[in-house]
Amino acid sequence: MTDHLDGNVLAGALSEVFTTDVTAARARCGGCGRMSAIAEAMVYTSAPGLVARCAGCDQVLATIVDAGDRLILSLAGLSAIELRR
Amino acid sequence: MSFATRGFSGRRREADTRLPPGQTLVQDWPVLSAGPTPQVDTADWELTLQDETGADHRWSWDELLALGVEDITVDIHCVTHWTRLDMAWRGVSLDKLFEDVESEHEFVMAHSYGGYTSNLPLEDLLDGKAWIATEADGAPLTPEHGGPARLLVPHLYFWKSAKWIRGLTMMPDNDAGFWEQYGYHLYGDPWKEERYW
Ligand SMILES: [Zn+2]
Repeated sequence: MTDHLDGNVLAGALSEVFTTDVTAARARCGGCGRMSAIAEAMVYTSAPGLVARCAGCDQVLATIVDAGDRLILSLAGLSAIELRR
Repeated sequence: MSFATRGFSGRRREADTRLPPGQTLVQDWPVLSAGPTPQVDTADWELTLQDETGADHRWSWDELLALGVEDITVDIHCVTHWTRLDMAWRGVSLDKLFEDVESEHEFVMAHSYGGYTSNLPLEDLLDGKAWIATEADGAPLTPEHGGPARLLVPHLYFWKSAKWIRGLTMMPDNDAGFWEQYGYHLYGDPWKEERYW
């Protein structure tokens, strides 16, 4: 028995993320632990991609790169996101 | 092509040969920034070059300039599709910085004040291909454009020319820097349109 599953197990959760208003969701910064709505992040838009930083500690919370036929999303700076059903 | 327009399109074709695919010529200098702009005084500025021996090579602002500042005229290609031709810079060649550095490693991570990083092969920084730039357009680099000093590697997309440069670290592998982690190409050749992963 393996100790992990492949990425397909995320499909259900991700479909919820992208159909609800994620900006209203609260999330925890992986750097300083601050809980705040995504909408409260500092987003730098004059850049090769969108860069959302924590209002408390400047850590990069999320990035979105528009790669034409693809969108490359990172949420690596968040430890968790709270999504209301 | 008609006789009447030959001269015109001839000139245009000359400009086009210097314009990589997907790029548009600009005359201004757009400011791009992924975070707060660091304000670093030259009195506090320091550049560190780290190799695998643990021996740091360090230069203060005055020590850097004492290595010899060159005039550089190069074309700049930003991955956000703008290109500036014949841009005038001044800076110190990285050949000078690497003169006394012995390293087996083939890759370099550029580190900036403010936390930005970008990865490059060492060979792309040597033989007159890269500089620590201190001036552009005839004036000291402003903080918005990466002053007091930024990396200048004009043959790669401009995100590789890390603003607010503070360090170069030798690496055994081509680890991804800031934009390279978040979707941009590990190498970034504008002539091959190496924009994204
Ligand atoms: Zn934080």
